[in-house]
Formats: sequence, C-alpha cells, structure tokens
Amino acid sequence: MNQKYLIPLTAVFLAFLVAYTGVEGAGLQWFFGIVFPYVAIIAFLAGFVYKVLGWASSAVPFRIPTTCGQQKSLPWIKQNTIDNPDTSTGVFLRMVLEIFLFRSLFRNTKAAFNRNASNSLSYSWEIFLWLGALAFHYSFLVVLLRHFRFFTSPVPSCLKFLEYLDGIVQLGLPGIFLSGVVLLAATLFLLARRIFDAKVTYISQAADYFPLFLIIGIAASGLSMRYFTKVDIIGIKTLTMGLVTFSPTIPEGVGGLFYAHVFLVSILFAYFPASKLMHLGGIFLSPTRNMANNTRAKRHVNPWNYDVDVHTYAQYEDHFREKMIEAGLPVDKPVNKKE
Amino acid sequence: MSDEIKPDELLNKIDYGPRSESGPESESKLKPASWMDTSVQIRPGMYCYAAKAESVETLSLPNARSWNPLEDDWKLPDNWQEIIHRGIKERLKKFRTFKIFMDVCVRCGACADKCHFFLGTGDPKNMPVLRAELLRSVYRNDFTTAGKILKKFPGGAELNGSRPLTLDVLKEWWYYFFQCTECRRCSVFCPYGIDTAEITIMGRELLNLIGLNIDWIATPVSNCYKTGNHLGIQPHAFVDMIEFFTEDIEDVTGINVEPQMNKKGADILFITPSGDVFADPGTYTCQGYMILFKYLKDKYGLDITWSTYASEGGNFGFFTSHETMKRLNAKMFAEAKRLGVKWILGGECGHMWRVINQYMDTMNGPADFLEEPVNPITGTKFENSKSTKMVHITEFTADLIKHGKLELDKSRNANRIMTFHDSCNPARGMGLLEEPRYIINECCDHFYEMPPNTIRELTFCCGSGAGLNAGENIELRMAGGLPRANAVKYVHEKFGVNSLGTICAIDRAALPTLMDYWVPGVDVVGIHELVGNALILPGEKKRTQDLRFEPLPGMELEEDEDE
Repeated sequence: MNQKYLIPLTAVFLAFLVAYTGVEGAGLQWFFGIVFPYVAIIAFLAGFVYKVLGWASSAVPFRIPTTCGQQKSLPWIKQNTIDNPDTSTGVFLRMVLEIFLFRSLFRNTKAAFNRNASNSLSYSWEIFLWLGALAFHYSFLVVLLRHFRFFTSPVPSCLKFLEYLDGIVQLGLPGIFLSGVVLLAATLFLLARRIFDAKVTYISQAADYFPLFLIIGIAASGLSMRYFTKVDIIGIKTLTMGLVTFSPTIPEGVGGLFYAHVFLVSILFAYFPASKLMHLGGIFLSPTRNMANNTRAKRHVNPWNYDVDVHTYAQYEDHFREKMIEAGLPVDKPVNKKE
Repeated sequence: MSDEIKPDELLNKIDYGPRSESGPESESKLKPASWMDTSVQIRPGMYCYAAKAESVETLSLPNARSWNPLEDDWKLPDNWQEIIHRGIKERLKKFRTFKIFMDVCVRCGACADKCHFFLGTGDPKNMPVLRAELLRSVYRNDFTTAGKILKKFPGGAELNGSRPLTLDVLKEWWYYFFQCTECRRCSVFCPYGIDTAEITIMGRELLNLIGLNIDWIATPVSNCYKTGNHLGIQPHAFVDMIEFFTEDIEDVTGINVEPQMNKKGADILFITPSGDVFADPGTYTCQGYMILFKYLKDKYGLDITWSTYASEGGNFGFFTSHETMKRLNAKMFAEAKRLGVKWILGGECGHMWRVINQYMDTMNGPADFLEEPVNPITGTKFENSKSTKMVHITEFTADLIKHGKLELDKSRNANRIMTFHDSCNPARGMGLLEEPRYIINECCDHFYEMPPNTIRELTFCCGSGAGLNAGENIELRMAGGLPRANAVKYVHEKFGVNSLGTICAIDRAALPTLMDYWVPGVDVVGIHELVGNALILPGEKKRTQDLRFEPLPGMELEEDEDE
C-alpha cells in the first residue's frame, strides 16, 4: 500500500536532488538546463502526436454517445440539445462545456447508506472534486502561460495583462500571483483525497501519485524561487531565450534550485504522453461525448463492417413449415409432399 | 429458494469502505491490500451458470463444452492467453472507445459510488473504475511501451499498476464482467465519458473467444437464432399464446382483437421482446399493444402485422459480441423487406432500443427498401428515425394521443398510483424520457416521480439487465436492484405509489421480484398496459375488469354482484 505513494515521492525527491547536486556539485548546468529540456520537449511532442494518431487510427464503428437528456423526438417535446445533441452545433457545445467546465464532473454526487429504520440510500451533491479539479487545471494553465514571459522578448501585452489579473490581490513584495498559490493548494487537496478518501486510496496507483508529487515539487520550487530564495531573473531569461532561439547558453550565477525546477518540469513533459495525463488529448476524441445522438436519422458507417452468417427466413420456414401451416400462418413455399 | 439471503442480511453487508471483495466478511477489512493481490472467490448467489455446450454450438461460437465456474478447471483451450492477447490487439484497432478508455482514466473516483452493484454490495471491484482496471492492468502490462519496459524490473509492474494475464485474472474478469449490467450510469459522471458498458462489452467479447459465456445469455441467443425469439417459442406456440391473449381480451372488452401474423403487404411490422408474450406482467403490455392495433385498424384502417420469424425485439447477442448482435438483429430488416412493409414499429424494451438506436442501421442497414416513417393517422413525420426507419411505440402512441386520435378513459387506471422507472438504455443510449411520461399522464390520474438523482439519465438499473436476470444469482440481483427499489420505497411511503411503470421487458421480468423483496405492494406495469386499459375500443362492452381481471375502480361492487 505505502509503496504506491512512497516510491513516487522518493522518485521526485531524488530527481530534485540529482539536479540540484548535479548543478551545484558537478557543474552539469548544460545537461539540466539544455540537453534534458530539449529531450523532454521532443519526447512530449513526439509522444503526444504518436498517442493521438494512435487513437485516431482506431476505427469508430458505432455512434454511441451517452445521452444525458431528452432526445430529439416529436416536435412538441423539448429536446435537450446539449446533453443529447443531434447536430454538430450541439455536440460542439457539449464538448466545450465538458472541456472547459468539466460538466460531467459537476454532476458528481456522494452516496450514503443509513442502516436504520428507513434503510435509505441518499445522494448528495459533491462539488469539491469538481472545484479542486477546476482550480487545479486553470491555475496550472495560468502559471504555464505566465511562464511564456521567459520565452518571449518583448513580452506580449496579453501576457502582461494576464500577470496583472493574476496579481490583482496586491499582497507582499514581490506581489503575489494567485495562480501559483492556488495550484499548490489544489494539488495538495487532490493528494489529500487520494490519501484520506478510502475509496480513492483503494483505486489509486503509483501512477496517480507520481504526477501529483511532481507538480507539487514544481509548484513548491517555483514559489520558493519567487518569494523566498530569489534567483537571478536576468540570467534565467538569458537561458530560456537561448533555448527558444536554438542558441542555448548557460548564464553565470543561476543556482541549483532553478535547475531542479526545470528538471522536474522536463520530467513532467517527458512523462506526459506515456501517462494518464494524456486525458488532455483523449477528452477530445471520446466517442461517448463527441458524437451526436442521431444514428436513427443519419446512418453511421462502420469501416470494418463485414457480412455475418444469419438464420434466414427460408431456413426458418424450412424448419417449421408444417407447424406453421397447421397454425394457420402463411408460408412462402408450399409443403413438400413426400409420401 | 428457501436459502435465499434475507433483506436484512443483505443490508448488513453494505459498507462503502474498502474491504476484501466477495469473500465472507473478512479479516482484511482493516488492512486493505492492493486490489490486485486479492484473488477472486466465485460465490454462489452472485454468478450465473456456465453456458451449455449445445447453445454455444448453435451459432458455432468457440469452445463449446460443459464446464462449471466453481471447478478449478475451466476447460480452456491451451493457447487461451494467446487468443485473448490477439483479441485485445484486434479490438484496440477496431474500437477507438476501447483504446481511449484504456489510456485516459485518471482514477478520480467520480464513478465509484454511481454503480448500483457497488451501492448494493459494497464490493470495491464493483466500482466502475476498478471493473475497468481489471482489464486495464493487463493492457498496461502487454500493450503499452511503459508497461513493457517497466515489467522487466523488479517491482516495475506493481509501480505501473500492471499484471500479467493469469488464470486468476481471467476468472476475475469473468466474475465481474458478469456483474455489470452495461447500464452506463457511471459514464454520465465520467469527465472523459469513459463508458464501463463499452469495457464490459469488450470484456465479454474477449471471454466469448474462449467459450466463457453464461447460460442465461447463451441459451436465449441460441433460441433467438433458431426460432426467432429468446424464449424459443416456436411459430405455432407463438400463435397459440397470442390467441390465448385474444380470448382474455375478448372476456374483458367483448371485442375480438386477433392480430395479423406474418402478413405480406401490411403497412407496419411490429416487433417486441418475446418476454411480453411469455410471462406476466409483460403479457398485459402485450395485450395493450393488441388492443391499440385493433383500435387503429378499426378506426383508421392501419394495417400492422406481427412476425413469428422476427419475434424478438431484444438482442442477447449484444451481451455476447458485436458479431452475435449483428447476426440476431439482421432478422428485423430482413423480415421487413420480405413482408414489404413501409416501416417498423418497436415495442417497449430497453437494450433492444440501444441496439436499434445506436447500432442497427450501421450493422444491417441501409434500410433503403423501407419508407421514411410517417404516422399515416396524424401525418407526423418521425424525423429522428428517417434512416433506420424504426419508431418506438411510445413515440408513436404519444403522437396519436397528442393529436387526439385515441379515445381514452383515464378513470379505468384511477387505482394506479404511478411512478416511472427509466430503463437504462432508453435513458442513456437514446434519451427517451418524455414520451412515456406523457402517455402515463394521459392514461392515469396519479403520477409521482422518484427522487431526481434516481430518474432520467441518472436512473438506476433494475439490477438484472444485460443478461443477468437468472435465478441462481438472486443475491446479486437483489443487491444490484437495491438503489432502484430504495427510490421506489421512498415514493411508496410518501405518496402511496402502488405501481411502477416501465418500458422494458427485462424490467417487467425482474422488477416484480425486486419489489416483492424490498417494497412489497408495488405492481410493475408496462406503459401499454395502461393504454390497453384506458383505450375505448369501438363497440366494446361495458368493462368491469382490467386486463389482469382485477375489478376496475368503482366496479368492485358489480364484480361482487356478478359472483
């Protein structure tokens, strides 16, 4: 049981230490700052494309959306055009709500059984997983976007505006960014669920803890660089601009913590396509959500449909002809008089 | 079944904390091991008997033999692992659903307490996520790059959550893929739309490759293939049963409603599950159809025929493999073509309509020999079925009622205090929600909904769908049906509900047992039974009884006087 999270936790710690000591002790800046980030990005892009193409290469033989509302039926019956779409507009809206607002997760309930006189099963709305997930994904997105200031010169104004919004709670110096704090808090919440909710503990694998610890490590190291230990921001931008312009350089005076942070991020990227994190791509292709419920109105073609053996009416009638005639049922062929 | 588990004993077992599954209340409750380490215990009451060899042979499906799940030796082919491996590989190419659902689950746990089998048994392997992980663990081991590399290192497989396909794993698959009714409730809650029904369908398809079906599926499939329906009713017996209903209806209404069978050149072919012809209370629904068709014939000249060849709406092939589903389903279009009808009308059934709505046209279409369905009486075009050319009877009847084409006497159902059970497949594989409700409201005075979390797309399965309505797995069925029954109990106690309406033949077969077990005093009625009672046939006598030969409301006295 313990090894399910102890091993991933240890792995993330080790990765951090390897990078930190590698830079501070062995001077391996070029590896952790240049080689591995490039490798990771290539692995991410290649892996992501490979995986998505792999899914796309599999057939979609049947149109089988999960319908969550009234179908298109008689004109006077109101259809739920989003949860049971029959047009591509409806499907588009359903997908937008699913991808950007996690609509299905929003429905989540919690079941409880009361063993008493009434023995009732009850279901209450459970919003926290949805909230936690939404907070996590959006804060991560903002953090990621904000980091593009390291890869652009001059920094585009939309990024500056995003930073302005993110820092709107003017607190401390340097001003606090909400996204980083929310990211760490949401990740810790998701981790706590895995550890303390017995059902979730039971279903969790090492592969569920590993990305959580990794992201916690990334967020924590990032936050500590910004607010506590401070780093040479000019030096870092020299490095990142070097990476993005394909003329990598290693600046002086950037400490091990930064390289450890970059190493964890690189691991996350490289690991991404081989992991459950690919739900990022998978959600777009999920046939129970991205198809219209209109198979009765518009024929769907199965690319590998093949002919099968069937028991034909003629065989059936041959088998039962006399009994059918006796029962007064019409037959296609009259009975063969043998005797 | 005197050794049947009592409701209280069953309730005592429910615990949503993790514990060792399926075994007797176990010591490991305190120390939850990894679910991969607990081996399956096939427990009587929870599983269905193995498929009989002769039933498997009818369709020439693999590895027909006699075997017993409780014995160690399942008499598998020597290369069964290879067969399964090849089977998975093939299906990953053929079904994008399968491939994506193997890859993208994040084990968030949103589905965990949505499954009626988990809610009724507390067995953690009935959490949809774990049911899928049973297969995913093998997929990760044998089909992913990470899995193939990691398993070479000690502890790597555990780290990856993967495991090789052993006989124990196979038995676990069999046990749990036949504890899923493919109801799709979990899929509603999944943020990626992962559909456990799809995974169970794949799992069962794989199991069938090496002859591991259950008899309650295999024998109906064999019957349906040979005789045209699951129950193996031969044509003359089918006619006999219909004649018997005709006599009963004549007793109640004074009208001979004898239907047409296998009639060439009729307007419409009608196909319904054979369960409605065979057992109460489905038979009353069947009589409802007969009364309706007689009414339409006399009043509007509509010519509807039944068929003995296509005398099965349901499709247990769906619970076997896609190929078997197609082989059984082919009869519907073939018979419509042979009889030269304009379009097909389908009766009240659950999975039948999932197949018709989402598979039939793709598998056995295009139905270009039929016409786009139009209700000749109202002129309504059934736009939603213009390609498959098959209309659901509640769509058809709702349209008739809306246009004032049926003369209904609601008071004949005044004693029915109704609630409505949405059947899984029409709810989550179609979205047929308002049509039956409209008919109920037009035929009955009293209708109360069950709590919102238990109806429409959130409906709970009867616990016996997808071929699990056998006798030997009664504990499983009663546990799986608990969430449904619990919601019925709520409206039974609150509003005095005494009738549970449904549009599914499996429901009509399974729910009466479930109601007797958990909520005694609630009848199960098909929607067209209500129609049959309310519909005033031209020239009928004064009715004093309903189709069940119970006195109509207000007629109890006259009944007594008669006697």
